[in-house]
Amino acid sequence: MTNKEVLVDIKHLSKLFPMGSGMFQRSKVFVYAVSDVNLQIRKGESVGLVGESGCGKTTTGKLLTRLLNPTSGSVDFQTENGPVDIASLRGKAMKKFRRHVQMIFQDPYESMNPRLTINDTVAEPLNVQGIGSLVEREDRVVQLLESVGLTPASSFLFRYPHELSGGQRQRVAIARALVVGPDFVVADEPTSMLDVSVRTSVMQLMEDLGEKFGVTYLYITHDIAVARYMSDRLAVMYLGKIVELGDTEEVLHHPLHPYTKALLSAVPVPDPLHQREPVVIKGQVSKPINPLPRCRFYERCPLADKFCETHDHPPLEDQGAGHYVACYHI
Amino acid sequence: MTSVAVRPIKVTRAALWRMRLQLSWRGLKTNWALFTENPIGLIGLGIIVFFGLLALLHPILMHTVWSPNIYDPVSGFDMQVPMSPSPPSPRHLLGTDPLGRDVLSQLMYSTRYEFGLGILSALITVIIATTVGAFSAYYGGIIDMFFMRLADLVIMVPLIPILIVLAAFNPVGMIELGIVIGLLSGFGGTTIVIKSQGLAVKVKPYIEAARIAGGGDFHIIFSHMVPNLMPLSLLYMMFVVTSAIFSEAVLSFFGLTQIKMSWGLMINTTQVFGYLLRFDTWYLLIPASLAITLLCAAFYFVGRALDEVVNPRLRRR
Amino acid sequence: MADYVLEVKNLTMHYRTRKGPVYAVDDVSLSVQRGESVGLVGESGCGKTSIALSLMKLLPDNAEIKNGEVFINGTDIVPLSEKELREVRWRQISMVFQAAMNSLNPVYTVEDQIKEAMHYHLPGMSDEEMGQKIDGLFRMAGLDPAMKSQYPHQYSGGMRQRAVIAMALSCDPDIIIADEPTTALDVIVQDGLLKKIHELQQRLNMAMIYISHDIAVIAEVSDKVGVMYAGKMVEFSTTVNIFHHPLHPYTMALMSAFPSIVGEKTELVILPGEPPDLLAPPSGCRFHPRCPYATSICKEKAPEFREYADGHFVACWHPGGEQS
Repeated sequence: MTNKEVLVDIKHLSKLFPMGSGMFQRSKVFVYAVSDVNLQIRKGESVGLVGESGCGKTTTGKLLTRLLNPTSGSVDFQTENGPVDIASLRGKAMKKFRRHVQMIFQDPYESMNPRLTINDTVAEPLNVQGIGSLVEREDRVVQLLESVGLTPASSFLFRYPHELSGGQRQRVAIARALVVGPDFVVADEPTSMLDVSVRTSVMQLMEDLGEKFGVTYLYITHDIAVARYMSDRLAVMYLGKIVELGDTEEVLHHPLHPYTKALLSAVPVPDPLHQREPVVIKGQVSKPINPLPRCRFYERCPLADKFCETHDHPPLEDQGAGHYVACYHI
Repeated sequence: MTSVAVRPIKVTRAALWRMRLQLSWRGLKTNWALFTENPIGLIGLGIIVFFGLLALLHPILMHTVWSPNIYDPVSGFDMQVPMSPSPPSPRHLLGTDPLGRDVLSQLMYSTRYEFGLGILSALITVIIATTVGAFSAYYGGIIDMFFMRLADLVIMVPLIPILIVLAAFNPVGMIELGIVIGLLSGFGGTTIVIKSQGLAVKVKPYIEAARIAGGGDFHIIFSHMVPNLMPLSLLYMMFVVTSAIFSEAVLSFFGLTQIKMSWGLMINTTQVFGYLLRFDTWYLLIPASLAITLLCAAFYFVGRALDEVVNPRLRRR
Repeated sequence: MADYVLEVKNLTMHYRTRKGPVYAVDDVSLSVQRGESVGLVGESGCGKTSIALSLMKLLPDNAEIKNGEVFINGTDIVPLSEKELREVRWRQISMVFQAAMNSLNPVYTVEDQIKEAMHYHLPGMSDEEMGQKIDGLFRMAGLDPAMKSQYPHQYSGGMRQRAVIAMALSCDPDIIIADEPTTALDVIVQDGLLKKIHELQQRLNMAMIYISHDIAVIAEVSDKVGVMYAGKMVEFSTTVNIFHHPLHPYTMALMSAFPSIVGEKTELVILPGEPPDLLAPPSGCRFHPRCPYATSICKEKAPEFREYADGHFVACWHPGGEQS
C-alpha cells in the first residue's frame, strides 16, 4: 500500500472565505473553511473524507478540482510529465488538466442541465475538450452508459434527466465523470440522496468502475458507515482541519482522536440489541471564524487542558502503521 | 460487462440534429398540451390568430375586391359617399373617416405594422435582456454593477414621456419606435428579472459540472445558462409586445410619430377632426381602440398562460 | 383489550394527479398502544409520510382518503369536519415535521408560537400558566427556558428541532408523530435528539410513531417496526424480530443492504431494480419484480397481510424465503 505512487499531494492547503466585506474595504474577518490540510492520495486507493456539515470537506473537494482557488498551499497532481501544481494552471493547460480530474456531485436532480439529453450530458466533456471524432464520441458515450448499467444505452441516449429515476441519474453522472478517462475522481456525497435499496448498487458500481478504469477516488461523505465500504483510508475533518487519518478499519475500531471517538459513538447502529457508547463531547459545531491559535476542538474536547489552550493546533503525527492523529493527548 | 456498441442511429452531425429536432418537437407537443389546459391562453391565441388573418387578408382584398383608388387606407377616397365621415354601409362596412377613407381597410392595413412593431421590440428586448442578464449573473462584480445601475436608470426614465421628447426632436417611424422600446425594455426591467433567474441558475451543480468538464465561460453561458433562461425570456417577450403596441398608440394619438397609418393614428385623426367624444361617430373610435385593447390583452393572456407552462409551481396538479 | 391510542384500519389514500391516481397508501392497518413507540420505515415514495398526513388529516388538496378508518382514542377521525378535528389535533395527536425551520414562523418568538397553539387548543389557560408550562417543556426538551423569547433564526438546527418537539408536546397529546425529525442534522446532534425523544416518550408514557428512511435510527427509538414498500405495509413486528428475524424479502434485503460501522464488515446485498412507479404498480405483490424468491403466484395475486407468528405480520407468499 504505502509504496504506491502518490497521485495527489496536498500540501498546507488553505481556503479562507472573507466575511462581510464591503465594496471598498477588505474584510478582516475570515472563515477558515480549510486550513493547512496535508494529505497524500496514492494511485488506486480511495480515501474517504468524513465530517459534519461545515467542516470543510466539500470545500476541499472543490479545491482539488479547481472549482475554487486555494488561499495558500498547493495541490500537486502527478501527470505523465511529473507533478503539476493545479493552482498554477491557466487557460489551455487547465482545460487539459480537466481530463485527469473529474467530480461526481451529490444531487442527481440538480447536477444535470434539465434541457440537455443524456447523450449531450455525458458527451459534454468530450465535446468541450474536442476529443475524438463525432462517431468516436458517440461510441464512447454508448460504451460508458452500458458500463454504468444503463442498458440498452440506445434507450437512454435521447431522454431527459427528469425522465430518469434518482438512481439512474446518478449512474449518468458517474458515466459523465468517467467518460474522459480521468485518473482521479472527487465524489461529493454521491449516494446520500439515494434510497438504501438503490444506494448499494451505485456504491458497488463506483467500486467496480474504479478498478476497471484505474480511478482513484476521494470519497466525501457525512455517513461514516458508507465511507467504511467506499474507502481504504479514512480522513476525519473538524473545522477545516484533518484531525485523524488512517486505514479505514483501523480508524473505526481504534479511534484515537476524541472527536473521532465521539463521532463514531454517535452513529446509530442498525441493531436494536446493540448498546452504543455514550457521546462525551459538549456543545455544538461553531464556525471557524478567525479561530484562536489553539486546538480547534478545544471548546468541546473532554480531554482539553491548559496545554491545549496555550499551544497551537496540534500537528498531524504518525502513531504507527500510517495512523495519523492531531491531538496532544493520545 | 462487454460493450457491444449498438448505435441507435448512424452518427452524423445531421442525424444528431434530426434527433434533436424530434426531441424539441416532442417537447413542444407536451408544452402545447399544458398551454391548452388554460382557456385564457387559448382565447389570447385565438385573438392573435384572428388579427393575423386580418393582416394577411388586407393585401389580398386590395388586389381583388377593393379598388385601390377608393379603399387605399392612406390615400383612398370614395366619390360616391356624399359626406365624410359616413356611418357603416354595405360599401364601407365600418364607415369612412373624416377624410373619406375606409375605416376597415385602415384597421386591417395597420395590423401588420402593429405586429411588426411588437415582434421587433420583443426580439430586441429578449436578445439584450437574456445576454446581459446571463453575463451579469455569471460574472457578477463590476459588470453586474454596471448593467444593474443602468437598468435602474432606464427604469427611472418613464417610457412614454421620453418617447414624446424623442419624437418632438425627430418624428419617429415604426422601426425606430420598435428599436427604442426594445432597447429601453431590454436594458431595463426585463434584464433585472432575467438576471435574478440567472443567479438561481448559476449556483446549480450542473454549472460546476460543466466547468469540471472543461467548459469555458462562454460555453457555460451559452450552453447552460441561456437555454435555462429562455423560457422566462419568452414570457417577457409577450409582455413587451403589449407595451410596444400600447406605446405606439399613445404616441400616434398625440401625433408624434411619422407613421402613415396605425390604430393610434386612426384615433388621432378622429380627435383632430373633433369626433372623439361623439356617440354618433362611434365607428371612428371604437374599431381602433377595440383592436388595441384586444391585441394587447391577447398577448398578455398568452403570457399568463405561458407563465404556467414555464413555472411548474403555478400549475394545477 | 389492549389500550390502543391509535388504530388504523385498511387505510387507503390516493393523490389525484394529471396522469391518474397515485395510491400512496394502500390498505394499511396499524395499531399503537399507550406508551409504545412504533417505527415506520421505507424508502422515499413508499407512503410513510402520506400515512402521517392522513393520521393528522393534514392532506393536500389533491389527496383523498378513499377507504378505511383512523381511530384516535376510539373516535374515527376520517369523517370529522375541520372544526371537530381542531379538538383532536394537538390535544390528542400532534406531529413533529422533517423541516423544523419551515414549521416555525420566523417573525414570531418561539414562545409566542407555542402560546398561540396552546391558546387555540387549550382555552381557559392563563398567560402565566402557559409561560410556566413552556418553561417546563423547554427544560424537558433540553433547552434553556431563557431562550423562549428568541426568534427561530437564533436557534441552531438541533435546538429548533427541540423547540418544535416542545411545541408538539405543549397540549399533552396522547400520540405524537415524528416524521424524520433528525434527517437534516449531523450525527452528533442527531444522537442527542434521538436520546431526548426516546427519553421523553418513555417518561411521558406516550404513544409515538417515528417515521424514517434510516433503519439505524428506527432501531434506536422504536419498540415495534412497520416496513412499508410502494404504499403497502409489508411487515410488522417487534424491532428485534424485524432486525434479527425478518420474514419479508424486502425487509431482509433492507437489513443486509444497510452499512454499519460496528462488527465485521459484511458484504452488502444489492437489491436489483428500483422502487416501482405508483402510477402503474406491478401486478400481484408489488415487490415481485425485485424479489429473489418470486414465483408465478407473486405475479398474479397480492399476498394478504397476515399474522405469520405471534405478533409478527407479513404480506408475502414466501415469508423468510421459504418455498410453499
